[in-house]
Amino acid sequence: MQHNTSTPSAVALPRTLSAVWQASPYALVFVLFFLIPLGLIVMVSFWNFNEYEIIPAFTLRNYFSIFEGCSSLNDYGDLCVTFKTYVSTLRISLLVWLLTLVLGFAVAYFLAFHVRTNRMQTLLFVLCTIPFWTSNVIRMISWIPLLGRNGLVNQTLINTGLVQQPIEWLLFSEFSVVLAFVHLYTMFMIVPIFNSMMRIDRSLIEAAQDAGASAWQTLWNIIVPLSRTGIIIGSIFVITIVMGDFVTIGVMGGQQIASVGKIIQVQTSALQLPLAAANAVMLLIVALMIIWGLTRLVDIRSEL
Amino acid sequence: MSARSYAPKRPAGFVPLLLVFIAFVVFLYGPMLTIFILSFQGPGGGLTFPLQGVSLHWFYKLAEGLGVVDISAALKRSLALGAVVMVITVVFSVLAGLAFRKRLRGGNALFYVTVASLIMPSIIVSLGIGLQFRLLDNVIKAVLEFFGATSALEGFGTSLGMYTSALGAHLTWTLPFGLLIMFAVFNRFNPAYEEAAQDLGATPWQTFRFIVLPLIAPSIVGIGMFGFTLSWDEIARTSQAIGDSNTLPLELQGLTTTVTTPSIYALGTLTTLVSFVVIGVAIAASAWLGRRKVQ
Repeated sequence: MQHNTSTPSAVALPRTLSAVWQASPYALVFVLFFLIPLGLIVMVSFWNFNEYEIIPAFTLRNYFSIFEGCSSLNDYGDLCVTFKTYVSTLRISLLVWLLTLVLGFAVAYFLAFHVRTNRMQTLLFVLCTIPFWTSNVIRMISWIPLLGRNGLVNQTLINTGLVQQPIEWLLFSEFSVVLAFVHLYTMFMIVPIFNSMMRIDRSLIEAAQDAGASAWQTLWNIIVPLSRTGIIIGSIFVITIVMGDFVTIGVMGGQQIASVGKIIQVQTSALQLPLAAANAVMLLIVALMIIWGLTRLVDIRSEL
Repeated sequence: MSARSYAPKRPAGFVPLLLVFIAFVVFLYGPMLTIFILSFQGPGGGLTFPLQGVSLHWFYKLAEGLGVVDISAALKRSLALGAVVMVITVVFSVLAGLAFRKRLRGGNALFYVTVASLIMPSIIVSLGIGLQFRLLDNVIKAVLEFFGATSALEGFGTSLGMYTSALGAHLTWTLPFGLLIMFAVFNRFNPAYEEAAQDLGATPWQTFRFIVLPLIAPSIVGIGMFGFTLSWDEIARTSQAIGDSNTLPLELQGLTTTVTTPSIYALGTLTTLVSFVVIGVAIAASAWLGRRKVQ
């Protein structure tokens, strides 16, 4: 892949130098706006604070307050707030992951194996990705006229006599949150899975068919294993987005459903920055564990 | 269709999968279509069907401003920020993409930082940048105080702002897409043309300008489109890293709980239209550049 392997080594040195210069503006952005902020989060998570200001003095207070009452069940037999929030966030993540995976796989499979011409494939692929470039909040509020108390779904159900009064759980509920996530983020599954599927050597599939494999066997024993990388990349995207989300859960949950991201957002707005930072560190650790578990299975860079 | 008879027969399940695909497209675009229709609701109409006539009433209401929010000012701010993000994303990621083709020290680390930024929960990035600029404020105030610059101290508000913290937050989201697109381009790039140009005595700049640039031009347009549209709609990373004036999507998010008229749909239609225009122009330009390349 490197074209300068054929050039004399005498010019290799200045070239390497210019490569560093070329990459430096890009790298500088990530040092300034990604690495340093992350370092500051870790640092400030060990700082103290009062109602007026944050105090640069080492303390474990923020972490203690996160896990306050978590060593045992409370008097009502419930988990502490932090554990409860993580359980609820993880449950939503799992549900969204399963739904986007099945739907994304089906759509990618259709595009990759059932659409025959390249032109049509590109057209339908772009059709699936265009909404990604439009506003998420607008895509969320566009469910209101459909799912609201007087929305299209309830109107239809009442007019056909299926229900007597409007169903309340269609909007501003966990249902609408999950629906919105699937609506917004299935694209993150389709693109990498489609990319993996397009790299599958078609003769493998013909060989399987010639050898008498059923369609189901071909799918399960050839296509799914060879789409593994795409499946894992898509899964990482969807899970990390849902784990840290506060916008979708806020808007679609009517600001009533707890999530880890929401806790951080509320604490930041209240300027309890060290507490928010400690929660961010915990979220980061959980997310990293999930990602680490998933990435052990693939080398992302070789797949682009 | 005898000419196509060599094509392998379609795998099983064509009809059910076609139905899934159609249902998915309806699922994607259906809700958008409803708010598009409802934004033309008559003056007496509400947030849901039926339509009480057709009018531009709610667009006029929108132009007058929603409550305390000055929509056109937010719109201009977001357009300007999107344009700046677009230009920086294109320039920085093309440069970095070229650097990655050579032996780049620290290239692996930079790649992993890129991926990390892409999958990092946005609230964490946002909190970090917000924190950074608030601490910077404290430092600036302390320095001003130290030098006794009282007037400057009184005039100083915050370093958080549209072209400082918010710009940085947007770039952590748009640049990774730019670099990954560059990777995808150069992984499929044939270096023979460049080598030929160099053998004919072209300088590195000439090789880039007349050989590489025209070949990657369609993808550069794509990077620009990602840069603009992702910035134009960004909320999560901006939310905690913005100063006194909000971007349009942040205003919109705030309005979802307070505005109960179809004006909010009118705003939705308007911003989606801007996205569609940008996407349309980008796809057309990319296709045109691609065709020119073939000739």
